[in-house]
Order: sequence, then structure tokens, then C-alpha cells
Amino acid sequence: MHLKNINLHQFKNYHLVRAEFSNEINCFLGTNGSGKTNLLDAIHYLCFTRSAFNTVDVQNILHEKSFFTIKGDFELEEKNIEIKCIVESGKKKQMLHTGKAYDKMSEHIGLLPVVMIAPDDTQLIKDGSEGRRNFFDSIISQLDKPYLHLLVRYQHFLKQRNALLKQFSESGQIDQSLLEPYNIEIINLTKSIYIKRETFIQDFLKGLQKHYGVISGEKETVEVVYQSDGKDLDFETKFKASLSRDIILKRTNKGIHKDDFVFTIGGYPLKKFGSQGQQKSFLIALKLSQFQILKERKGILPILLLDDIFDKLDDLRIAKMIELVANHEFGQLFITDARPERSKQILSTINADKRYFNIKDGMLSPD
Amino acid sequence: MNFPSKLIEDAVNEISRLPGIGKKTALRLTLHLLKQPESSSQSLSHAIVKLRTEVRYCIICHNISDQEICSICSSHRRDKSLICIVEDIPDVLAIENTAQYNGLYHVLGGVISPIQGIGPDELKIDSLLHRIDTAAADDKVQEVILALSATMEGDTTSFFITRKLNERGIKVSTISRGIPIGGELEFTDEVTLGRSILTRISYNAE
Repeated sequence: MHLKNINLHQFKNYHLVRAEFSNEINCFLGTNGSGKTNLLDAIHYLCFTRSAFNTVDVQNILHEKSFFTIKGDFELEEKNIEIKCIVESGKKKQMLHTGKAYDKMSEHIGLLPVVMIAPDDTQLIKDGSEGRRNFFDSIISQLDKPYLHLLVRYQHFLKQRNALLKQFSESGQIDQSLLEPYNIEIINLTKSIYIKRETFIQDFLKGLQKHYGVISGEKETVEVVYQSDGKDLDFETKFKASLSRDIILKRTNKGIHKDDFVFTIGGYPLKKFGSQGQQKSFLIALKLSQFQILKERKGILPILLLDDIFDKLDDLRIAKMIELVANHEFGQLFITDARPERSKQILSTINADKRYFNIKDGMLSPD
Repeated sequence: MNFPSKLIEDAVNEISRLPGIGKKTALRLTLHLLKQPESSSQSLSHAIVKLRTEVRYCIICHNISDQEICSICSSHRRDKSLICIVEDIPDVLAIENTAQYNGLYHVLGGVISPIQGIGPDELKIDSLLHRIDTAAADDKVQEVILALSATMEGDTTSFFITRKLNERGIKVSTISRGIPIGGELEFTDEVTLGRSILTRISYNAE
């Protein structure tokens, strides 16, 4: 799979630009604030129906304009498809697949797999468990549509149960029979979602450990420890037993919405005990495993977006990454860099079709 | 929108509050009423006032009714051992139009949804249980059919009611869900189709 070209109209800092891409390596060069990352984000939009950075669609429109469009031609399994995304303030976002609009954005997700490695990824390690759940949920959903349905159902029943707990807490009266339908759904869904997450993590872990070894050249073992209430064989009893606590706090305290995926290195939490370098290596390994699992399960090579990757990595890690690129482990690659000479020098050793783009003041010109 | 007269403006504002009617349609209706003889406006407003003040709900099933007890509940030809539970009044009309059902109804007035603040007390669930518990010996309820929407809220409500009815040893059934008659398989959504396969019925070739 690859993206042949892109047309942007009033997207972020671009008025109107068009670019033809190489099937292999594309490099966006320009000073800070010139709009390199915005190009990656436009590609992310086409593949994932939303921005990788700002989830408020209208804030991605060029200032003082009322809409943006992004259009791209992809080649997917020898077929040409055109994807168009239109965001107009005050209207519903539209995604079109070769002229036909999708009813739901979720129908598009999974068709064009994409993996992005960006500077603020370390939030995934440092911030709370929600980001990590979202990260894994988004991968599993791309591979397993019914999983997405289970999650949607779970969230819905959880909201209803929490609303009920609030009422019980305010009125001081508890109606067990009214709580029961929600309990049964949440208990059953917790078990199903737990099994899917657990199976996925086991698979994912093998790739992660392999990639971490290659990237860091180090020997410590990294793990993802999946913590879940669903693991408990006695979950049902414990879920019901926490009712009095639930009522005091007015929300449900047990279930898969409390799951966490703890990243560890040599058996200790990476968040606290990992060095900067170890954290960076871990993140790249995490993203590369995401790439690999999408590639294996979907049978197509995802597009890889590398944002300012050379700034974040030392020479050793860059060399390892480039080795992977040179071995054609990846498909189409988009890289941003503020220092043209550096990228050109690093990439010169690789035997692949390369295209460089100079970006200045919202204009794009092939090198 | 600017109006030449306050009277027209008031009328337009009131009429446009009805569902599906915008300001322009409301203006058209207002001007139409002005063109008609005065008596037609009189009879329209009279009908509306009478509707609001005299409409009644059946004290048994909560369907709309002219009398204290509706024509379905009071009919002798209806099977009183069978009650079909529906969400709202249009559902009764829909089932009546099928001409396939000869039992009684019970209109809940909604489904349980704590987010929207709707619990069993806001619905006619107690009234249903009371109705079943106090039925005369000849009219004992044998079966309750749940005909609620196939949504998560509908399912939750069905579950809640079923538990209450099980305590009373009453048979509970639910209408089947699946592919519409004349519908094509390839256009049926996956969830419905999956459920149709799981709850398939044996085929009768006679």
C-alpha cells in the first residue's frame, strides 16, 4: 500500500498545495514552524479520519477560513482508491472513498493502516493509564471489528450504571433489581474484553522484546504487564462487593475501564526507573511492534510517519532504524527533519527511491 | 423574520413549535387560516382544546382512550390471558395494524435510562405488576410478550421486567428480531444477521 499524491486546501498553514510522492522514502525538510508535521498529519487524517495531534477538527482549518479538504490517491493491493476528507465549520465531517461518503467514520478505520512516531509519544509512558488503553484499543480495533462493538457497548452500560449510582447516592435508596441488568452486562463484557486484550498483549510482547533488543542493543528484558480486574476468577463477587464504595464515589470502581498496561524494564516500572534513552528506545520498539502486528495480521505494509525522529535519537539508534529501512522491512516512509544535510547524509547510504521536499511558508517544492 | 402584524407573529410562533414545522410553513398555515371562513378556525381551535382537556388514558393499559377503560381492554373478543408490553402509543397502533394479535397491551411510556433520569418509577411498571397480581380468576395472565425497541435501553428494560415476572411464574416471550420480509441478505447489517443465525428456527416444509 502507498500514497501516490496529496492535495491540501486550507489545511492548517497550507492554502493550496499538491505533492507527488515516492513509493519508498519521502522527506519533508524545512525550519521549525514551516509545516512539516502538518503534512504528516494530513496523511494521518486520510488513513485514520482524524488528526494525530488535535482532535478538534475545525481547529485544523487555516485561520479565518471556513473549511479544509484533504485528498489523496492510494494504491491498495493494485487498486487505485481516492480518499477525501472534508471538514467545514458547523457541518459534519465527511470522508469519501472514491466519491462515496462513509456513513460512519469507524467504517474507514483499518482500511489504510498507518503508524506514527512523534516527539510527544513519551506521554504514553508518563501519563495515566487512559492513553495506554487507547493506544492498545486502537490497534486491536483495527484488527478485530467485534472488539470495537464490545467496547462501545461496555462504555454505554458503564455510563448508565454510573448515572444510576449517582441517583442512589442522592436518594439514599438502593434498588438492587434495577442495578442487576447493568451488572450482568458489565461483568460479561469485562470477561470478553479481558480475554481479547490478554491474548493480544501476549502476541504483541514477542515483537516488542525483539524490536527493543535491536534498537537499544541492550540486554534488559522489557515487558508489558497487563493489569486487569478481569483477570480475577472471582471478579463477579468482587464487582458486586464494591457496590457500597461505588455508591459513595458515585461511579463504578471495578471493570476493564480501570485496566492498565504497565511498561517495565528489568522488572521495574519504566516510568520511574527507565533512563531517557531507555524510554525512547522502548517507545520506538512499541511503535515498530504496532507496525509489525498490523503488517502481519492485515497482510499489507502500513505507511510509517516519522516526525523529527533524528532529533530524538542518538547515532546508534538512528543506524539501527536505518538498517531496518534498508532491509525493506517498511513500506512507504514519510520523514520530517529541520536539518536537510543531516537527512540527506543519513539516507544517502540506502538504496531506495528517495524524494525530498523543501517546505517554506506553507509552500512545498520538490528538491 | 419580520411580520406586518403582532397577531400573525404570535400565531406563527405558536404553530412553529410543533414538531416538523418551521417558521415558513407556520406562516403559510397562518395565512391559509386567514383566507378560510372564520368558522373553520373556530372548529380547529375547539378541536384542539377539546383534545387536550378531554383526552384520557386507559386506567388499565395507559393507551389513549375516550373512556376510563379503552376499547381494547373492554372488548370481550380479546384474549385477556395475553399482555403485550410496548414503549409508547404508536407501537400499539403498529401492532394493531398487523391484525396478528388478539391479546391486550400495556404501554410503559418509555424505557429505563438512568442517564436521562428515567427509572421504573417514571414508567408504568408497577401498574403492570399490580394488574397481573389483581387479575380476576377467569382472566389470569398466562403470558407476557415483550415488544420493546432492540436497543441497549430496551434490552435493559426487558431484563428488569422479566425478573419481576419470573418471581410470579408467568411465561415471558419476546418478539423475534431478524431480517425483514422482502429484505435482502447482503444488505442486512452484521449484528442483525449474526443474531438471526444464532436464533434460527426449524424450517417447516409442509
